Amino acid sequence: MKRTPLYAAHVKLGGKMIDFGGWELPVQYEGIIEEHQKVRNAAGIFDVSHMGEILVKGPDAEGFLEGLVTNSILKTKENQIVYSPMCYPNGGVVDDLLVYKYSREYYLLVVNASNTLKDFDWLTENKGGQVEIDNVSENFVQLAIQGPKAESILQSLTDTDLSGIRFFHFLPQTLVGGFNAIVSRTGYTGEDGFEVYLEAGSGEALWNRILEAGKEEGLVPVGLGARDTLRFEAALPLYGQEISGEISPLEAGLERFVNLGKDGFIGKEALQEQRDKGLKRKLVGFEMVDRGIPRSHYEVKLNGKTEGFVTTGSYSPTLKSNIGMALINSQYAIEGNEIDIEIRKKCARAKIISLPFYSKKYKK
Amino acid sequence: MFKVIEGLKYSKEHEWVKVEGDRAYMGITDYAQKSLGEIVYVELPEKGTVLAEGDTLGVVESVKAASDIYTPVSGTVADINEELLDSPGNVNNSPYESWIAVIELGNVNELDTLMGAGEYEKFCEEEED
Repeated sequence: MKRTPLYAAHVKLGGKMIDFGGWELPVQYEGIIEEHQKVRNAAGIFDVSHMGEILVKGPDAEGFLEGLVTNSILKTKENQIVYSPMCYPNGGVVDDLLVYKYSREYYLLVVNASNTLKDFDWLTENKGGQVEIDNVSENFVQLAIQGPKAESILQSLTDTDLSGIRFFHFLPQTLVGGFNAIVSRTGYTGEDGFEVYLEAGSGEALWNRILEAGKEEGLVPVGLGARDTLRFEAALPLYGQEISGEISPLEAGLERFVNLGKDGFIGKEALQEQRDKGLKRKLVGFEMVDRGIPRSHYEVKLNGKTEGFVTTGSYSPTLKSNIGMALINSQYAIEGNEIDIEIRKKCARAKIISLPFYSKKYKK
Repeated sequence: MFKVIEGLKYSKEHEWVKVEGDRAYMGITDYAQKSLGEIVYVELPEKGTVLAEGDTLGVVESVKAASDIYTPVSGTVADINEELLDSPGNVNNSPYESWIAVIELGNVNELDTLMGAGEYEKFCEEEED
């Protein structure tokens, strides 16, 4: 199994290590619910070094990427970040990623860990013009500092004015705790916060420095368990669950990140057709009416007939109820409608409610 | 560390059994609740269900996952602890008081296959290594 440079630090902190897509990472330290609440009310630090980083550079970098991602990057400013799905010709999703724009000739893509090689191959196969593609994932440690106290904690470690970094913007060279880092106002929790990328060898030192600096404000290390419940409450999609090679971004409710008005990009025709003909499936949020916790892949039933499946389901630490997201036949995707979730061969009633479950607290 | 109580019987699946005459209270051990983490849901069997050894007695769910609980002995479900439906966290707070069901034993001899407290403690220590 692969380990991040912080492996020893996690073990020392009592992290419960699990296999996460081939990476040995902490699912929790003190407990998922406690870590979850800490991020919502104070702050948490996450080791997300398993995420992949791919550099795309060269005179044709902008046009090349614009032809691959569904969102548009043409109006993106330098030091701005764009979230976008990247699709197959059939509209299924290769991956969803963050595009960090340094200049029209230099971009850093941050991709899902388990998709890194697939993405690299996909980019390489579709390469056109003068473009160079490098998988630089091994070079970086990535730390996420999230929560209402994230800014003040991180601010105590840098002279750069962090309030000047707007949501989905970054600074490429910032001294944090004495280390040179990329600092972006991004995250995967529904809270304000930052992601910090730095040279792998300095990762553990900065991790410790941030933990120390945030102690008084209640910062705790947070594992993958709470990372998932946090992003789920904010209805942020997870590749392999809400989106995948078999689920299009339109079905997943990500139309804001699909620009059908722009010139040709891979998947455009299929997505255009989906939109014109009407979507067969739609992602909805639901809350259990009966007892039971919905889980990924449980079937959604209506009058005994399978009409979809749960993409993510969980007990929600913030709402203190059992909720889920499901991809269902769009004719039933109406708020207030009741659906059945099949839990261990028995149907349990649930009600469709609006997404997200938790309103995001981003600082714009 | 985890707590083991004298006088109870234990299974390799980390259930405890407390025998009273021909009835047995069953729950999950301290070791089990610790490794599952915060329990947010318990599914109970229906009263009167006839179970063979190894059948699913119920399900405990943490935030992350659902885990089946197996009955280590056969019998009929005589009672269930409905308190756990609204307070699943009791399993974390007091695992040896939070019985899940009472079984009317079908075959008392099956109890002999279970471990005593000392043996179970050793079993857990070995699992941890």
